[in-house]
Amino acid sequence: MIRPDAPVLLEIRDLTARVEDQPILKGVSLTIRAGEIHAVMGRNGSGKSTLSKVLAGHPAYTVTGGTVLYKGEDLLSLEPELRARAGLFLGFQYPVEIPGVSNLEFLRVATNARRAGKGEEELDTFAFEDLVRERLQVVQMDPAFLERSVNEGFSGGEKKRNEILQMALLDPLVAVLDETDSGLDIDALRIVAGGVNHLAGPDNATLLITHYQRLLDVITPDYVHVMAAGRILRTGGKELALELEERGYDWVDAELAALERTPAEVG
Amino acid sequence: MVAASLSTPTAAAGAAPGSWIAALLANATGVASAGADALAPSRSRAAQALAQTPLPSRRVEAWRFTDLAPLTALSPTLLSPVPAAQPEVGAGSLRLNLDGHSDPLAGISLPAGLEPIGGDELNATLGQVLAATGSAELWPVLLNGATARNVLALRVRGPVATTLELVSDAGDGEGILPLRLLLVLEPEASLEVLQVHRSGGANLTSFVLEARLGEGAELRHGLLAPGAETGCLLATVAVEQATGSRYSGVSAHGGWALGRLEPRLVQREGAAHSALKALQLADGRQISDTHSQMVFEGPDGRLEQLHKAVADGQGRSVFNGAVQVPRAAQRTDAAQLSRNLLLSDRARIDTKPELEIVADDVRCAHGATVSRLEQDELFYLQSRGIAADQAARLLLRGFCEEVLQELPEAARPWQPLASLLGEQGR
Repeated sequence: MIRPDAPVLLEIRDLTARVEDQPILKGVSLTIRAGEIHAVMGRNGSGKSTLSKVLAGHPAYTVTGGTVLYKGEDLLSLEPELRARAGLFLGFQYPVEIPGVSNLEFLRVATNARRAGKGEEELDTFAFEDLVRERLQVVQMDPAFLERSVNEGFSGGEKKRNEILQMALLDPLVAVLDETDSGLDIDALRIVAGGVNHLAGPDNATLLITHYQRLLDVITPDYVHVMAAGRILRTGGKELALELEERGYDWVDAELAALERTPAEVG
Repeated sequence: MVAASLSTPTAAAGAAPGSWIAALLANATGVASAGADALAPSRSRAAQALAQTPLPSRRVEAWRFTDLAPLTALSPTLLSPVPAAQPEVGAGSLRLNLDGHSDPLAGISLPAGLEPIGGDELNATLGQVLAATGSAELWPVLLNGATARNVLALRVRGPVATTLELVSDAGDGEGILPLRLLLVLEPEASLEVLQVHRSGGANLTSFVLEARLGEGAELRHGLLAPGAETGCLLATVAVEQATGSRYSGVSAHGGWALGRLEPRLVQREGAAHSALKALQLADGRQISDTHSQMVFEGPDGRLEQLHKAVADGQGRSVFNGAVQVPRAAQRTDAAQLSRNLLLSDRARIDTKPELEIVADDVRCAHGATVSRLEQDELFYLQSRGIAADQAARLLLRGFCEEVLQELPEAARPWQPLASLLGEQGR
């Protein structure tokens, strides 16, 4: 939902970042307002996953330039946990298995950390169980998964549902979903996408990072950005995703090659 | 070593370790003269052997990484601990308090299937499992034998539904608390035992457990030993298994200046099942040591062993896992895994599988890993609003719980994790 007067939640300006000595992001700019759903598309290696990890504060990535304002404040100076408490959520492409830590306890600690960030009271064990059982329905998840270790032995689809369950509990302002559709069969995709649609509202925003159009068949984006070689090459509406689907990424390569022949135009 | 000998008590024994033993034996003999007891003959034999055995030094392979300095810094006297506060006894448990001198069975009515062993039979049986497992001459066993005043000896018939809790708390007193235990499981008997040994000061808890499992018998054995910064633990668990028997040992020790556990198992005719799951923690300048030995003397035996260790601060963790598969032990199936978590640059982990395999038709797997907390796991938790230090604690707990959740149910009120991590007030 595009409302030009809606408050800006996330403003990325000329962001550059590297992993080890390898520059990955080479000047990304993006503005996200409340109520909007953005999709970032691009080939493997275009930098779209890096963008999500830099936003969440992964220690393996070093920001070398640019700014990110979250609700008008500097996001990049915050520790990852403070970003999360402030309402930034990263749905992982590969959710991490944590043996020995019960999913229920993990979800409760995380939920209470976020509640503290919102100035709300912590939930005790019983109140939390009520909440989690209600939110389980968003992703049609079996309560048995609560008793298991975090993501341990979960199938790909179960892990992604567990990510959306976390999103449902943490009530983020900006949800960055990194390849949430990867590894999902059609039914799981529908459930996960249904969860995302259910949680998207006028006061929050969603940034979908995806390789394929098929996720965008079930979640309609307001903006589609095409990323290549660490930059956003083009921005359009949902028709841009359809165009990509039809024409493939070859034209992106051509456009990129043209850009690199005239580097003065960049930046 | 220097720091430890500085705190040597006034007994003036610390200067020469040999004189520490001499002082201890003098003190122990003095108590023994008060009256005759069942252990007197074996005690004097052990005392003689101990007097003639040099203190284990780091030149001996079995003690290469384990310095006895915290032990010889202790007062060479016998300890009489005072009763300490304990959690309530659970519905399915019988708790026996061990203080090294009083009869733990006084005023207790044993549940059906359990009966004390005494008299000639005790004398005939005691030490047999130590001999069968090659443990009789181990230094901690000699030390225990030379000082223990009484023995808790029980026979088990049939399935016993009650969990037997064997509990000691050395408290903050100085000296040595020697405990001797014997369990004889008749064929098809089954029993669950939880040992809890705590300390709050400069003392040694020394225990030797002998367990004999008849054909088809099952012993589920838990050991929880949260220690004290200046306390020492020397524990030997000797288990002799007949065919078809199952021994399942789950142990957790940590927090001791020196804590060493030696499980010594033998399957006399093979065809038995042995499982060892262990967790040990070393923080500060603590030493946590496990030397396990599994011997298969016949075919078709099984071993499942998981040993986990956490070393933080300047702590030192030592694991040596011996598995012997002689020619007679064809079709043995043994798996040993050592998983170690290194939390500090100054901590140290030594882990060594020691497999001697002569039989040719066997499956013996072993492996060891040493790692730090996984950055990806930490980041995942942080990305959910959990602070780095809390995330590290969660991961550490997760690492420990894999073993701790296998302890008998009766361990829960003792708060295994909190007690081992020193997170609860004593």
